[in-house]
Amino acid sequence: MTRVSAILPERGLADRLSTVFWRRPKLLLLLLISPPLLWLGVVYLGSLAALLLQSFYSIDEFSGVVKEEFTLKTYGELFRAANMDIIIRTLLMSTAVTITSAFVAFPIAYYAARYARGRWKAVFYLGIMLPLWSSYLVKVYAWKLILAKEGIITWAAEGIGAGFLLDAVLALPWVGGNSLSTSFIGTWLVFVYVWMPFMILPMQASLERVPLSMLEASADLGASRKQTFRTVVLPLAMPGVIAGSIFTFSLTMGDYIIPQIVGTSARFIGQAVYQFQGTAGNIPLAAAFAMVPILIMLVYLALAKRGGAFDAL
Amino acid sequence: MHSEARASTGLKIGAIAGLLFLHLPILLIFLYAFTTEERTYQFPPPGLTTEWFAVAWHREDIWPPLYLSLKVAAVSTALAMILGTLIAAAMARSRFFGREQIALLIILPIALPGVITGMSLRSAFAVMDIPFSTFTIVLGHATFCIVIVYNNAVARFRRLSGAVFEASADLGANGFQTLRYVLLPNLGSALLAGGMLAFALSFDEVIVTTFTAGQQSTLPIWMLNELVRPRQRPVTNVVAIVVFATTFVPILLAYYLTRGGSETAGGGK
Repeated sequence: MTRVSAILPERGLADRLSTVFWRRPKLLLLLLISPPLLWLGVVYLGSLAALLLQSFYSIDEFSGVVKEEFTLKTYGELFRAANMDIIIRTLLMSTAVTITSAFVAFPIAYYAARYARGRWKAVFYLGIMLPLWSSYLVKVYAWKLILAKEGIITWAAEGIGAGFLLDAVLALPWVGGNSLSTSFIGTWLVFVYVWMPFMILPMQASLERVPLSMLEASADLGASRKQTFRTVVLPLAMPGVIAGSIFTFSLTMGDYIIPQIVGTSARFIGQAVYQFQGTAGNIPLAAAFAMVPILIMLVYLALAKRGGAFDAL
Repeated sequence: MHSEARASTGLKIGAIAGLLFLHLPILLIFLYAFTTEERTYQFPPPGLTTEWFAVAWHREDIWPPLYLSLKVAAVSTALAMILGTLIAAAMARSRFFGREQIALLIILPIALPGVITGMSLRSAFAVMDIPFSTFTIVLGHATFCIVIVYNNAVARFRRLSGAVFEASADLGANGFQTLRYVLLPNLGSALLAGGMLAFALSFDEVIVTTFTAGQQSTLPIWMLNELVRPRQRPVTNVVAIVVFATTFVPILLAYYLTRGGSETAGGGK
């Protein structure tokens, strides 16, 4: 009787490689991680570095050629009145969109988290996820149809005899305009429609984590529904609301397609970036403008971290 | 338990109104594809016709952008599936120095607004004198598609128990056999779902693309131009329906592929 080794004989290269990887797990890790890290490091971080670099260049006013030497002049241009207007307008719009989104998203998230069961749970999940993923341009286009002067809103308003109300809204200073599709109200509506779904999911996640026992305890202690909601549910859901607001705020701030298609001729940060790098050929100023949302988001994220928003992501 | 049993009427109305707000506007895209009015968005449409589908079919400026979009989405998805799976495999099973930073690096391309990703790439092309081409579009798309595949793959990796790999090794399989017969069959549907979502995202992307395309036109860029300078508006609606369907079907399939698990696809974009 021959003795059989407890260790199988090697059957070729694949076995030998497997042994090497087993003995040196770090080597396998390195092999796995280097291609994607190289891609993200070179393509993405490299590009961000190029953006930072470009923002410290300036453009020669006479020849229009980019001068490749370090200067803060381009950042200084951001503080010109016209450019400050763009930044402030964008911040106000992002704030308005975020607050509105929170109010519209909350009932959906709350119902989905607490009351939707079985088939309804699936309906709500798909109902939230499909608009989130479906085509961005198609969504914007749909609103161009809705808000057009000859579109469905005007038709409906006149149909129920509320045409005067629509005219009154459009006659408002600042936010009004010739029609809804050429007013800030229109821009705001479309922003809320497109970015609000991003707020629902983090909200829902934090609402699902509110323990039922706490609600029971609150009821046992004699709190009414309203009191329980205000003093127990809402504070516990706050991290989710803040986490969601990161998305709506950041996405609104960077968007330049929506204000271009629905809105006035007043520009937002994204449009400024796009125009300076394109028709104006001023890449340094475009890069400096693109740094503004990055800096604002860094501050926002630091504040959100204090509010415990990252536990809800 | 009076706070628990049923939702209040106000909440119900709020939730349902919110969902309707999210879904009804899209229906108008379908309606306007059949209108006989081609210059305005008049509601209700003065008449209905199906001629725009034929007109769109014969419009020669639509086909090249469609092919370009399909090509870019296919290449970007393939790249993202390889890179996303590799990084998910590395991140799921080990703890190492810098892991948190890498996790942040992966989500950064979709966490920052698209205009920043786009402008960064545009700056890099300017610094290095890279001319615009299909390749420059793919560069941007693959970068933000990696995270989609990664999210799906890493969730599935987490659910797989380490014991199956040990069992496979005990039965005499080497690493490559385990990969072929144990890991890939378990990972397959998650990867497929991730790939479909990545395809949908890339096919529809417009913000980053406008910075990396130069003079080229993908289907979303074609649509954007039609929105700014409209001609034959119902044709734009026909294309919008095509774009909608091309993204809608993969998203739905991805949902059914991963349904029931703890990691249903599409939880975050």
